[in-house]
Amino acid sequence: MIDILEKKIGHLTAEFPPLTEFFSDYGITFNDLHATLGETLEGLAEEHYEDMGIDREKLLENLDGFLQRITLSEIAEAPTVSEITIIGGHDKNGHPEEIELTLLRGSVTSIVGPTGSGKSRLLADIEWMAQNDTPTGRTIRVNGQKPDPELRFSLEYKLVAQLSQNMNFVMDITVAEFVFMHAESRMISAIDTLVADIIAQANLLAGEPFTGQTPVTALSGGQSRALMIADTAFLSSSPVVLIDEIENAGIDRKKALSLLVRKEKIVLMATHDPILALMAERRLIIKNGGIQKIVTTTSREKENLIKLEEIDNKFLALRTRLRSGEMLEEL
Amino acid sequence: MLFKSDVHKKMKLVTISGPPSSGKTAVLVNVIKSLKNSGFRAGAVKYDCLATDDDALFRSLGIPVQTGLSGNLCPDHYFVSNIEECLKWGISLNLDLLVSESAGLCNRCSPHIKGVLAVCVIDNLMGVTTPKKIGPMLKFADIVVITKGDIVSQAEREVFAFQVRRANAKAKIMHVNGITGQGASELTSLFLQAPETETLDGGILRFSMPAALCSYCLGETKIGMEHQLGNVKRIKIKQEQP
Repeated sequence: MIDILEKKIGHLTAEFPPLTEFFSDYGITFNDLHATLGETLEGLAEEHYEDMGIDREKLLENLDGFLQRITLSEIAEAPTVSEITIIGGHDKNGHPEEIELTLLRGSVTSIVGPTGSGKSRLLADIEWMAQNDTPTGRTIRVNGQKPDPELRFSLEYKLVAQLSQNMNFVMDITVAEFVFMHAESRMISAIDTLVADIIAQANLLAGEPFTGQTPVTALSGGQSRALMIADTAFLSSSPVVLIDEIENAGIDRKKALSLLVRKEKIVLMATHDPILALMAERRLIIKNGGIQKIVTTTSREKENLIKLEEIDNKFLALRTRLRSGEMLEEL
Repeated sequence: MLFKSDVHKKMKLVTISGPPSSGKTAVLVNVIKSLKNSGFRAGAVKYDCLATDDDALFRSLGIPVQTGLSGNLCPDHYFVSNIEECLKWGISLNLDLLVSESAGLCNRCSPHIKGVLAVCVIDNLMGVTTPKKIGPMLKFADIVVITKGDIVSQAEREVFAFQVRRANAKAKIMHVNGITGQGASELTSLFLQAPETETLDGGILRFSMPAALCSYCLGETKIGMEHQLGNVKRIKIKQEQP
């Protein structure tokens, strides 16, 4: 930290370009590139710090944290999570939940149960890496071991990424700018190819095409969902992806799931849609706050999945016909 | 989860701040429910400017509440002049935990006290550039709670959290859903680790509050140079080529 104060501004911003933006957050612009960082910060009036609502010590602390993040992701990727184990606690009435469930990378598990049965609680337990310290008494192991409690607050090691039905884009920027911004926050290099990849993948999932120049707020529901899934698959650091229902319109759900699986995500899917539920290898049945049963999708069910998909496709075809102005007198 | 029977200690104070409508009260309601379930006695102080309905909401949870309305004074200054009285009130009721919620109206608010757990609540809908626009209430907080994560995309959530990290490198960042309560019991467990506060006499704010003291503070309503006295600051008009 002291070293960096002795470095010249010109060298620093060349070595770490994001620093220019970091300092502009604090209203600091660099005029003399030959001055050291220490000299520049010393030269700022007390009033400047007061106006920015920060003191020199706190600013240096934030700078240190920021640099750690830049260099950490440049040197090493986050240690990989290959599996997560849920060790049962108890349900709302205190009855023991006798399960030990290991979720592997690239697997899809569906979660079924009525509203209020404890689906979000299960997710929260995974996200928090519960150690018998949540209302359910569950314990979460990562790679078979007790995770470091400090990781609970690490942004880079966040276990769960969530995709839910009522999510929207709230920023008013284009698709390409949006993905770029996400990649930038992950300190990823070779951003441009990645952005193109993600948009191409999202287009494979969405029924109607869109480009990098489309504003995110102009995307249809299906397109938004497709972009969110492709973006999460490629760019989210979280190994677990929770999907809260994917509606059937405007997105190829099978391709969406297989993209996440290909990207080695542990997929958990809360759904009441029989097609989605049967696409998963397993389903957890949640009742009264506890996992009541773990069911493996049977071969009979897999056969039925094919039939269900046929019905589904028929239905979608009707939708398309309706859209293009046809009559539905013949089905 | 810690239970009341596990601890026999003095009252803890937690200061909660955040921009208006960021979800401070919704988060606190969930925390208080979780505290009550574990057998803790909680109380709340709500600071606001003109009016508040939140006291009724807290009261409906069956906990003691105080309301402080600052009227035409800076709510931050009003908070710091009254927090000690509120602390004494909480101690007299034998509370385990007292939460003090204040509205962060100008984003330069600075309600956090050294040695007292400081929480800032902000929401994902404010846009990714917001964290840098918020002053000491975010930059000097111990815990930053981010709400409304269920209505924005995962990408926006990640970028937003990254921006918060840039504005405060050390704080614990928590995602809490004020509607479903997801994350609230985890936040509660952090509240229970807060230091105890016996007195605030001699306590120190983490950062200076927004400065005031000009003629307008004293009730001046006329506009113009000759009416401006005291702590007055001028805008720098830049001469840009059109």
